[in-house]
Formats: sequence, structure tokens, C-alpha cells
Amino acid sequence: MTTATIAGSQVELNDEGFFEDPEQWTEDMVPELAANEDIHELDDKHWQVIRFMRQEYFANGTGPTVRALGKTSGVSVKELYQLFPKGPAKIAARIAGIPKPKGCI
Amino acid sequence: MDLSTHKVSIIVSQGSLEGIYPALIMANGARAEGMEANLFFTFFGLDAVHRQRHEHIKMSTVGNPGLHMATWAGGLPGVSSVMTHYMERKMEALDIPSIPEFIEMISDTGAGLYACQATVDLFGLTKDDLIEQVEGIITVGDFYEMAVDGHIIYT
Repeated sequence: MTTATIAGSQVELNDEGFFEDPEQWTEDMVPELAANEDIHELDDKHWQVIRFMRQEYFANGTGPTVRALGKTSGVSVKELYQLFPKGPAKIAARIAGIPKPKGCI
Repeated sequence: MDLSTHKVSIIVSQGSLEGIYPALIMANGARAEGMEANLFFTFFGLDAVHRQRHEHIKMSTVGNPGLHMATWAGGLPGVSSVMTHYMERKMEALDIPSIPEFIEMISDTGAGLYACQATVDLFGLTKDDLIEQVEGIITVGDFYEMAVDGHIIYT
């Protein structure tokens, strides 16, 4: 576990860079968290996915996998990979301040 | 860990349900981690991307000790279809996509789908017999060039 300063606030991250406590996350951290993932311009679709990740996490206890995102977030699998080329569910979870989504498919 | 600089090339050589799904899950999972992934369909594995056959992939009920049923029973007419149907129902309950849907999704993730030239020749097929997501029919040499510096998984 490491402590990082994001948008002026101290947050705890696990070894893979996911938030230990999703409650420490605030929306103003998103641009900096995204930049850490090589995403320097955030459009509405990015935000849609990030907010959806959090909503699903708080409803189900885990964030959605790419397949679940593609089916339910309103953003297609193809678009998801354009928005988050290094793995949509994994990267969006990091930016959304939630743990890595569980699931094989 | 950043896996986006890693690459995996997965060979699908079997045409059974249990032969195809693991390869698809491995490819989809690799892309979900940000890795580059390519699928190479060879021999009976080519059925997974065959326009007429990919919706009718069956579970192997003969010579499959994992099913824990008598070998003679597995060979009875209709048993393979019934077992396949049973497995598909269980998968549907877990929201595991069908093979055609899964392959379309994997293609959408940006993974490459390729057919084996030798198999296409052997079975007398053309690109038109294969689903549109297949990017090309390639030789074993092309495959190795594509796979260089990555991992190769044979299923």
C-alpha cells in the first residue's frame, strides 16, 4: 500500500494503483488520475463510464467487467477500448477510485 | 502492473465447445488487461469462425472422462446435443456469451482473428466461408512473425 497525493488530497492506493477506500475519491481527482493512465483528454463518454463504474461498485460490491460495461453502460465494447486502450474496466476502475473489477469474462 | 507492452498469441486447434471457450476467455482476458492478443484458428478450431458452423459447436461427450459418464452413453445419438444444450443453459445463467457473440466481442476489443492457411486449403474453404471478423488467412510463418517476443498459448 502506498500513499499518494491526488488533487491536493492524500489517498491510499494498493500495489496495483487501485484506491483502498473508494470514499477517499472525489471527482476533481479524475483529470490527474486519468493523466496517470496516459489519458489526457476526457470527453463525456469517459465520464459516463467512470460514473457508471462507481454506481455499479456501490450497487454490487464490484465494478463491471468489459462485457458488462459493453452491455449496460451505453458505451460499446469497441468504443470502450478507444476510450481506455489499456483495458477499459481496469483503467476506468483506477480512475473511478474503486477496486479492480472481479470476473473472468 | 502495466501489461500493455505484453502480447499473447493463442492457437485454437479444437472444434469442441470445451476446446474453444478457454481460448476465447484467455484472449478476452488478455485484452481486458491491456495486452495485445491474437487468435489463430487451425484444424477443427476453424469451426469457431466458420460462418455455417460457429453457431453449432458441440461439447465432446465421447472420450471425455471429465463428464463422469460411461463412454458408451456418450456415443448415443443426441447425447452430445443434450449435454451441449445443458452447458449452454448454465453458461447463459452466468452471462457467458455464446461462441458467435463472444468472438464478435473479442474482435471489438481489438484482438486479431486469423485463419490457418493449411487448414483452409485442407478443408477446401475460402475467406467467404469464414465470418467477417477474420482479418486474414495466414501461414505458420506469418503467425510466428506476429507472435514474436510474446507468449504463445496452444489450446
